[in-house]
Amino acid sequence: MDCRPVPSREEIFAALEKKQGSVATAKLQAATVAICGLGGLGSNIAISLARSGIGKLILIDFDTVDITNLHRQQYKASQVGLPKASALLENLKEIAPYVQYEVHNEKVTAENAVRLLEDADIVCEAFDRADAKAMLVDVVLEQFPQKTLVAASGMAGFDSGNAILTRKVTGRFYLCGDGKSDVDQDIGLTAPRVMLCAAHQALTVIRLILGEKDA
Amino acid sequence: MLKINGENVDAAGKTLAQYLAEAGFNQVRIAVERNGEIVPKAKYGETVLAEGDCVEVVNFVGGG
Repeated sequence: MDCRPVPSREEIFAALEKKQGSVATAKLQAATVAICGLGGLGSNIAISLARSGIGKLILIDFDTVDITNLHRQQYKASQVGLPKASALLENLKEIAPYVQYEVHNEKVTAENAVRLLEDADIVCEAFDRADAKAMLVDVVLEQFPQKTLVAASGMAGFDSGNAILTRKVTGRFYLCGDGKSDVDQDIGLTAPRVMLCAAHQALTVIRLILGEKDA
Repeated sequence: MLKINGENVDAAGKTLAQYLAEAGFNQVRIAVERNGEIVPKAKYGETVLAEGDCVEVVNFVGGG
């Protein structure tokens, strides 16, 4: 392991201000975002938001890193078998050491969602199963009238990336993806297409935090 | 008439559960918004669709 010194908090913050502007950087610094599911969507969303200087990330997944995850999820070959929550934390701390991280190695359910998500301003749904996605949308929109949810549906297969969009379903519910490509149809998943959808989600989160008027 | 996913549908008076079953939706894979509010799954059976309602059924597909 390389032990070269990392830049200070002040140096990283100054660099973020240089690239994003001081107003945006301050707003991002004040925000807390929860990411439910740390697979192809969640691990990529987490890295984008951490790099952007988000104040706090709440990262939740019950699963361990599998060798079949490596082709699209932000884990290393040396992390196969580790819990995703702790493996991602390790990677994020190397990338963005001054973000505050809260990790939960457990499954999000209708019962524990309030405890896990109550501190978040915005919740990202980043599960892989359709039923889990639907459950989380119900729970967040019903139980947290102040929170916004950014969900994803449809990023499987090898269709054009241009089919992946962000849609505002209602005031507090955004949906990214092509809406139809289903992994259960055995069409596969490929890193860039999943990353495109994750990037839509991360960008939507950032735009909401910044109060972009068309977000 | 009411609007479901942007289309005019003659479903006033039916419960949401009836409509979803007839339209072939799998209830565990969907989220339903009615007039801007989420309808919890437990209330599909008691939610009666009314004239002028605007309903959006989001059908989730797997992958992530």
